[in-house]
Amino acid sequence: MLTKVHTGLESVPGVWWKPAHKSEKVWVGIAFVWCMILFAMMPLWHWKGGQNPSGIRRKVDPKAFYERTVAFAAQHKIGEDRGVPIVAPPPGSHIYLTAMAYQWYPILQLEKGKEYVLHLSALDVNHGFSLYPLNVNFQVIPGYDYGLRVTPTASGDFRIICNEFCGIGHHTMVGRVIVVDEQGDVVADNAGASLEQEGRP
Amino acid sequence: MTAPALTTPGVFRTCDVTGRKIHRQAELLVRANAVTAVVALLIGAIAALLLVLTRWQAVHLLPADWYYRLLGVHGMNMLIFFIIYFEMAVLWFAATVLLNARPAAPRFGWFNFGLMMVGTLMVQWAQWTGRADVLFTSYVPLRAHPVYYLGIILFAVGALFVSLQFFATLTMAKRERTYEGSMPLVVYGALTAAIIAVITLVHGALIYVPTLLWSLGIIETVDPQVYRMVWWALGHSSQQINMAAQVAIWYMLGALTVGAVVINEKVSRTAFVLYILFISMASAHHLLVDPGFGPAWKIANTSYFMYMAVLASMIHGFTIPAGMELGMRLRGFTQGFFGWLRNAPWGDPGFSSLVLSVSIFGFVGGITGVTIGTEQINIVVHNTLRVPGHFHSTVVSGTAMAFMGVTYYLLPLIFRRRVAFWGMAKLQPYVFSLGVLLLAMGMTFAGSFGVPRRHWDISFSNAPYSVEFTPAVDLMLAIMGIGGILAVTGALMFIAIAVKSVFFGERIDAITRGTAMVGVPQGLTHPPVHPVDADAKNEALHAPARGIMGPVPGTIVLVAIFFIAFVTYYFTNWKLLSFLWKIG
Ligand code: HEM
Ligand SMILES: [Cu+2]
Repeated sequence: MLTKVHTGLESVPGVWWKPAHKSEKVWVGIAFVWCMILFAMMPLWHWKGGQNPSGIRRKVDPKAFYERTVAFAAQHKIGEDRGVPIVAPPPGSHIYLTAMAYQWYPILQLEKGKEYVLHLSALDVNHGFSLYPLNVNFQVIPGYDYGLRVTPTASGDFRIICNEFCGIGHHTMVGRVIVVDEQGDVVADNAGASLEQEGRP
Repeated sequence: MTAPALTTPGVFRTCDVTGRKIHRQAELLVRANAVTAVVALLIGAIAALLLVLTRWQAVHLLPADWYYRLLGVHGMNMLIFFIIYFEMAVLWFAATVLLNARPAAPRFGWFNFGLMMVGTLMVQWAQWTGRADVLFTSYVPLRAHPVYYLGIILFAVGALFVSLQFFATLTMAKRERTYEGSMPLVVYGALTAAIIAVITLVHGALIYVPTLLWSLGIIETVDPQVYRMVWWALGHSSQQINMAAQVAIWYMLGALTVGAVVINEKVSRTAFVLYILFISMASAHHLLVDPGFGPAWKIANTSYFMYMAVLASMIHGFTIPAGMELGMRLRGFTQGFFGWLRNAPWGDPGFSSLVLSVSIFGFVGGITGVTIGTEQINIVVHNTLRVPGHFHSTVVSGTAMAFMGVTYYLLPLIFRRRVAFWGMAKLQPYVFSLGVLLLAMGMTFAGSFGVPRRHWDISFSNAPYSVEFTPAVDLMLAIMGIGGILAVTGALMFIAIAVKSVFFGERIDAITRGTAMVGVPQGLTHPPVHPVDADAKNEALHAPARGIMGPVPGTIVLVAIFFIAFVTYYFTNWKLLSFLWKIG
């Protein structure tokens, strides 16, 4: 016996805990299996996939992180662009990027195909790391150090757009990442930015 | 318990269409909340027009400070004030009208309405005078004027109390036996919304009280990551209130417009329970690329513990169209797979809103939402325009559209007015939906190229290093712009209709069944009643001989198409992700 025909506006007399029709059961079954697949994809990608937001995560004093970045920049500085140091750290090392209103510090120069541990943090408020034109995005939060292992797979002159509102100058906050290929050549500067290369080998 | 109100003459009136008993105070509370919601919608829509004309880079209307200020205004007025005032109206309506019941403590109801109003005005003051340029998320350590936080707290406390009054009203109705058996499914859905509202608003207090104290200098710091976590337990769980309220309205509009039946109470109610159980995990998918949490936490939470809330939505995605199909078949529209859809009342704005809301919410909002809320896929989505692209296809073309659709029925039923500008009303759902669809598509595709959300100038004219998006982005932003203009037009049409009807509309004293009336939806003039032999017909449609297609073959075709779209979109996104740099 089915429940008496009624709409969702009517109260339901008697027992309404009745078996569902086969079509509903099958749909709920399919939906359930699909949900399990959706779920399994995430651990699977950690295991087999190349892009995961895991990283090394720890709390940090914002000022200490900034000072660490400044020391790191001084150590590996090879040039300057608009007053921001261009920094070429050795492959395999820990590299630092501080976000602050309204600047990304410093400019990183990386080598294609080499792994780095990129530490992201902010000095003042939340910022958003968005690597252009690849469209790779991470939240950058003051007091938290996000250490991501990154391997650039293509050379080029990349930009970092801030995509978290950080104040009235938010839209001027653009940084730069340079990736050089195996020959050490900097690809054409697609932005026309002046790149002083005095320190390069 | 005795119920003096029931015997007091003049306190209740009997609705001449539905025969329900409607309590005067409850009716007034529904009206006050609905009208305030429409005012908030108007403010939000004006801001929306200016925003969309700024984000459309070719137009770039507003100066930077007003863009960010109005972005905050738009977020608060739309997502918080419009939606929540309307939900308060829905709660009062569901608890009293649908149960023939009296409201618990109506005076306290007015007090809470007042509390919410005071809060609203405080927030508006702070935002419009530039004292709260922090956007509606107000991520610390961005700092707003204390009045802003206090306003939100007062508003939330008012809403919390109304939710408690809703429970009290239900309890009273049960005790006074105003209805028989179990409460209607629509009320059950509203109950789900109210329960989630309580959980959500408690999170709201947990985060806004410390933030208020911090803004007053009483406490030193609020941890920015903890803030984001607790804030989103408010911010996203409140989307689950919307979800439950909207699904309840879908069931209601289905019943009113085409006599949709509840195909199986057990299935639908279980799905609502799943919403309640897995709701507080909702904040995680805003934090997938945040530094504060590890993969295990992110995966368990973003999936609402193995996608059980998605399962619930997929169940409603079946039972809603299935109920409509079966309702129509029982009323004699039995031809082929889609005879029930061909013969549906497409000119009834309540019906077209329902169909547009369900399909855009499901096909666009739902599919994109699950996909971009996947831990790794979020890397290519977080804070890009794809995010507003997604939620404008859920909370706008889903929830807001459903709220508009039900208004076309509330106007004659509760306000007892004809729907003004009736010809325009028939068109409104199509204009609004098409507009929001284009807006959302434009945002989504522009966002896939990395165009950021919440950004005044993607030509980066004042930035130290130039950034040039591909010309395709200009096209996408133009689509967004045109869609936005259309959507705002649709919203203004709705506002004009609502305001004209409520304040200057023609009163309806009686609705005569069987004759079409200008300004009265067909579901009221020609109520979609089921034939006397509906039960026998229903048994026949359920007969095992009809096989798996059973009573609702059309719906099965529709959900199959939905499923294929879902799977395709989902795996395409994984494929695109795999082309990126190696990151871990
Ligand atoms: C009437 C048509 C609407 C249009 C044309 C529209 C347009 C927009 C635009 C252009 C943005 C800015 C995106 C950005 O720059 O990041 C935006 C943001 C937003 N909209 Fe709408 N919108 C509309 C309706 C709504 C409604 C009804 C709601 C909620 C119920 C809503 C909720 C939001 C929210 C929460 C944001 C994000 C604000 C932020 O990032 O701080 N919108 N909308
Ligand atoms: Cu920023």
